[in-house]
Amino acid sequence: MGILEVKNVNKRFGGLQALGDVNLSVAENTVHAIIGPNGAGKSTLLNVLVGKLVPDTGSVLFDGQSVLGRKPYEINQMGISRVFQTPEIFGDLSVIENMMIPIFAKRDGAFRMHAFENADNEKGIIEQAEQMLESLNLADQRNMHSAAMSRGNKRRLEIGMCLAQEPRLLLLDEPTAGMARADTNNTIDLLKQISDERDITIAIIEHDMHVVFSLAERITVLAQGTPLVEDTPDNIKGHPKVREAYLGESA
Amino acid sequence: MLGLNKQDTTLFLIVVALTALAPFILNPFPTESAMAQFNAGYPDLMQRFVIFGIFAIGFNILFGLTGYLSFGHAAFLGVGSYAAVWMFKLFSYNVFPAIFLSVVIAGLFSLLIGYISLRRSGIYFSILTLAFAQMSFALAYSVLSNPKFNLTNGETGLQVYTDDLQMFHGDHLPDLPHIFGLLTMRDNFVLTVGGWDFNFNVGYYFCALIMLLAFYFSVRIFRSPFGTMLRAVKSNQTRMYYTGLNARPYTLAAFVISGMYAGLAGGLMAAVDPLAGAERMQWTASGEVVLMTILGGAGTLIGPILGAGFIKYFENIFSKINDTVLHSWFSFLPDGMEDFMVAIVHPFIGKGWHLTLGLLFMMVVIFLPGGLVEGGQRIMRLFRGKKAAKEADEATQSTPAE
Repeated sequence: MGILEVKNVNKRFGGLQALGDVNLSVAENTVHAIIGPNGAGKSTLLNVLVGKLVPDTGSVLFDGQSVLGRKPYEINQMGISRVFQTPEIFGDLSVIENMMIPIFAKRDGAFRMHAFENADNEKGIIEQAEQMLESLNLADQRNMHSAAMSRGNKRRLEIGMCLAQEPRLLLLDEPTAGMARADTNNTIDLLKQISDERDITIAIIEHDMHVVFSLAERITVLAQGTPLVEDTPDNIKGHPKVREAYLGESA
Repeated sequence: MLGLNKQDTTLFLIVVALTALAPFILNPFPTESAMAQFNAGYPDLMQRFVIFGIFAIGFNILFGLTGYLSFGHAAFLGVGSYAAVWMFKLFSYNVFPAIFLSVVIAGLFSLLIGYISLRRSGIYFSILTLAFAQMSFALAYSVLSNPKFNLTNGETGLQVYTDDLQMFHGDHLPDLPHIFGLLTMRDNFVLTVGGWDFNFNVGYYFCALIMLLAFYFSVRIFRSPFGTMLRAVKSNQTRMYYTGLNARPYTLAAFVISGMYAGLAGGLMAAVDPLAGAERMQWTASGEVVLMTILGGAGTLIGPILGAGFIKYFENIFSKINDTVLHSWFSFLPDGMEDFMVAIVHPFIGKGWHLTLGLLFMMVVIFLPGGLVEGGQRIMRLFRGKKAAKEADEATQSTPAE
């Protein structure tokens, strides 16, 4: 039994069957990639996992508990963090403040009103945030306005913010989309380091095969809303069904 | 000092000094001089400065921090005023219970309106708050003032009559709002120095003291983890929800706090003048506090106070200038020219002061998007030179709220 169990999930948008009988099992402490051509239902599946969409039928269990019907922040508090396609960070806040917020969320839960304490006196939180920045090589940008960071560094910060919550499952939605080669390689290295050093499960949706094959231990191929095959990267590479899905029947 | 960092302490002390010395600062011209009409150091106007200062400080906690633009905050101001006058009518003219009730009632009222309005964000939130405020206005103006159940006394406005209950009112107590019978809000001491008359008014200093407290609490909120969360709401709600935080209670808390500030301001308005009218709830009054906050600098600490002072000064001073005054100003010109100048300036004064305010507001928004505070910072930089300017730039970068 994996940490994430998706069973018979269906989702329709009008006449479009976005997800049809999706079954997926992600084993604990692995890197699991979900690939597929455009329109295969990858993003819909991800949105179901984080509570943004509710499927028509089926079940999604995280660590034995159903995530369906829960709000995104509740699912996050269960231990699932999400990294977005375009980095979602607090652009108006400084880098260190960005890093402090998930640590506050971990300590205080979904809402807690510390209206008369001074944020500068939260030494424990600041220290943790600084350590995290240090490990991401962002310590020199501590006081910068986070909107002014480079794309690659915004991505690092976002991944760091997710890690600061110590999630058990990290979901990444095309984390290297629109990145320069050097930034892509940096991100791959960072994710490798994370999966080596931590007890964490990573599920990644990605178009870039270079990223997928450098990271993934298991790969699920999705086509037209249904999982085609699930296997190790080596077996996926030469799989005829995969070639067909990506390149069309004539290939 | 008092849990504030060095920079904030300096700012706080400046505000303390300005409010304490306001009777002097706002009265720069001798009473008999032609410029005396530009003096703002009379009790009524000084009280308005600080009361609307409180209103704008509170509004800034919502708008400046979370970015939620409420167009209905005057409703809480009005509710606060009604609550205070009812306290005068039923119990006594003591201002403390009255103000206490104003804050509580406004807090409950804003909890209700906020709970519903905050289901939407952006323009829809603004429209919802506007709708609620206009409903409150209609209720106060007509619905709740029928002979069977007269809560607001409609058009006339709620006021204290001699046959009111006033349970704790005694013969030894003054017949106007007072502080435990020791001082009344209208007690005024005039210090005459040379040609100058300086007014020291109990009502003003009472409101000023409360404004300083309100300002202090707002600084604490800005610098607290709660304040950081509110800025996070403004910055990126998606990230907030996917970081395990529920933005709704944060925004609701900010809404209620700012509603209580508005109620406090409303209560003080009733305390200095025991009367509450429905027009206090009208949408123009809600719009005014938005203007004050933006004009002064939304999201800055001192901006709302400056904005409130600026607008109230224009409202009271410019609206008083009439054609006779203009003629005396331009009397040095030949007759034709004099009339010409008066005709040009005429639309901008008296009842036309809104036109002047509108132009100034446009100029501030276009050239100083950060409001008067940004203007002040630019001037400071000019004085300090380029090196200091660079440092200031970095400082503002690390503390975007300033």
